[in-house]
Amino acid sequence: MSVSPIDGFAAGLTTETRDAVYKSTKTTHEKRTKLLFDHFPDANRLREIAGEIKQHVIENLDTYLPEVEKKLRANGVQVHWAPTAEAANQAVLDIMRKRNATKIVKAKTMVSEETELTHFLEKNGVECLETDLGEFIVQIDHDHPSHIVRPIIHKSRRQVAESFEKNGLGKYNDDPNVITQRARVFLRQKYLEADVGLTGANFVVAESGRLVLVTNEGNSRFCLAATRCHIAMVGIEKILPRDRDLALLLNLLARSATAQQLTVYTEFIKGPRKPTQPDGPDEMHVIFVDNGRIDVLASDCRDILRCIRCGACLNVCPVYRQASGHAYRSVYPGPVGAVLSPLLAKEKFPELADLPKASSLCGACQEVCPVNIPIPDLLLRLRNKNKQEHGPSSGTPPMGAWSILASQPFAWKNALALGGTVNYVPRALMPAPLRKWQDVRTLPPWRGGEFRKWLKNRPTSTKAQS
Amino acid sequence: MSTPSSNRPTGKRVQLMSTCLCDAYFDDAAKATVEVLEYLGCTIDYPEAQTCCGQPAFNSGDWPASRRVVRHTAKVFTGSAPIIVPSASCAAMLVHGAPLEFEKEADHAEIEKLGNRAWELADFIVNGLGVKTWPGKFSAKIAFHTSCHSRGTKSGESTLALLRSIAGVDLVTFGEGEQCCGFGGTFSVTFPNISKGMGDLKLEHIRAVKPDMLVSGDSSCMMHLAGLAEKEGQPIKTLHFAQILRDALKNGGLLPS
Repeated sequence: MSVSPIDGFAAGLTTETRDAVYKSTKTTHEKRTKLLFDHFPDANRLREIAGEIKQHVIENLDTYLPEVEKKLRANGVQVHWAPTAEAANQAVLDIMRKRNATKIVKAKTMVSEETELTHFLEKNGVECLETDLGEFIVQIDHDHPSHIVRPIIHKSRRQVAESFEKNGLGKYNDDPNVITQRARVFLRQKYLEADVGLTGANFVVAESGRLVLVTNEGNSRFCLAATRCHIAMVGIEKILPRDRDLALLLNLLARSATAQQLTVYTEFIKGPRKPTQPDGPDEMHVIFVDNGRIDVLASDCRDILRCIRCGACLNVCPVYRQASGHAYRSVYPGPVGAVLSPLLAKEKFPELADLPKASSLCGACQEVCPVNIPIPDLLLRLRNKNKQEHGPSSGTPPMGAWSILASQPFAWKNALALGGTVNYVPRALMPAPLRKWQDVRTLPPWRGGEFRKWLKNRPTSTKAQS
Repeated sequence: MSTPSSNRPTGKRVQLMSTCLCDAYFDDAAKATVEVLEYLGCTIDYPEAQTCCGQPAFNSGDWPASRRVVRHTAKVFTGSAPIIVPSASCAAMLVHGAPLEFEKEADHAEIEKLGNRAWELADFIVNGLGVKTWPGKFSAKIAFHTSCHSRGTKSGESTLALLRSIAGVDLVTFGEGEQCCGFGGTFSVTFPNISKGMGDLKLEHIRAVKPDMLVSGDSSCMMHLAGLAEKEGQPIKTLHFAQILRDALKNGGLLPS
């Protein structure tokens, strides 16, 4: 039995990184909780309702997807369907080639991380630039995001200042205002040069075909201000039935993600520029991405498709706080990632089979989830799926012998009585292999059978049933 | 989360599930549970053939093995009496975990019925029997750890209400009280560094308020925390809240000491 790679990664983190992740997640979580319950005394009921709405959507995608396509087309949007990551990337490239476009500016979108769009486009000669500050820093560092909402939560100011210097963005200066200003100046020119702007979508409303984007930096607006073509890459689960559902979901999303009442920018986009409108892209595409989602929908973990990518479960998770995001070796880290990443990995599930185990099952993730996903239950289902489909894996003590003992009262009682003297027996009896346990902890003295003896020998009304 | 239903059976004829941890290590917590329930006028049936709730295999993802143990438990705890468990964790296994892993099994309804009879001890005292305050006295500064398995239940608030009402008890709160202690069963073995990191953070917060003892409704959390503390050469005293209730009665002359 070996230790999980996630645990090894956590042990190797520098104190600087661990402190940065811990402080930042803890602060956001505490502010989130205060803000949410200050404004909505019955916030937990709101989380349940939002969860019911999203669950309704994913269970009726067969109705909503054609409906949303119809609306989008009526609004003048071109709709593409991408069953795989490759197809989604190819669709972007095809749109660009048709326009003879060579430069694209990107707002933050997790689904494009999933498809590794930037890498694909660069390989095909397209200049692709991230415009979200965190993602921009990830890009110039050739790094990976470590948090869904805060991609560089693992980096310090010092590290960012160093990479700016290395990339010719000015002499070392770790003042966040200076860093932001330098990125702004650099990006401003890029927005003007780009042919195409690419975004994700936080929600797509079936009723109206309206795309909703939330950001705090305004970069997605810049992406669409000077470019002539807007491409939105969207997971098929991002649909909401009605415009009025946005009231609930937007209120929950900003509070859960960044402890804000509303993000600084909330954009509602209903199609390309109309002749009467002064500016905006003339051409608009929505690429709906499956990339494994339909398989998730068919599984008993479909509830995870409710996720609105707020990152609240990462912020509250004690394991994420200790391990940071890269430990999860996938685009989606933390509790939501521990469910979603192995599922989206499909046949590579076994490579990520340790992710669902990276949880003490404390339940904090479900308690904060704005769409009330029963994450601990899903983690448990995946542990069982892995065990049944791929056999015993490293990291989990075998339970077979124990379960036989625990369903035979005679053997159990004997084991209890013998535990103090025969070392082997309590190991089989107790759930966890005790030698490992005792590396960092002592065990209390063995008292096997004492309670039952006491109960039997006392003159009271309590009855032992045999 | 394991929110129990509102139609659980109650009454003073109860069955006791003593839990495998009390069976193996914490016999006094189980004894205290018996004495506390009897003080309240309960008659306790103790099914001798009981073993474990099945949670270790459930959490490890070996559901067939866990179901074997749960079926044994269902066979042993016959009848319709409330089943009292001095552990929020084992209670949650019966209320929520077992029905989940039996979803596709023919005996699902039977297992749900078993779960519906399960009460965590403090929840039963306060919400099952309607006892809101506790007599006797117990002089100590107590830090109470709310275990994660009591999320979504009334166990935490019930235990706190009982403890707070005891003459002499000084309840102190500590930082990040809602955070997990890092035990998590096999998690503590498979993720030793993270588990220890979580435990050390918890201990740091607890030590900062200098309590006389750490009290919880789950012996497993305390076994982990006390084990870490002792290994680090700074042992902490831990007690199950049932032991406090029992000792308060003794100190108040309400039970023979």
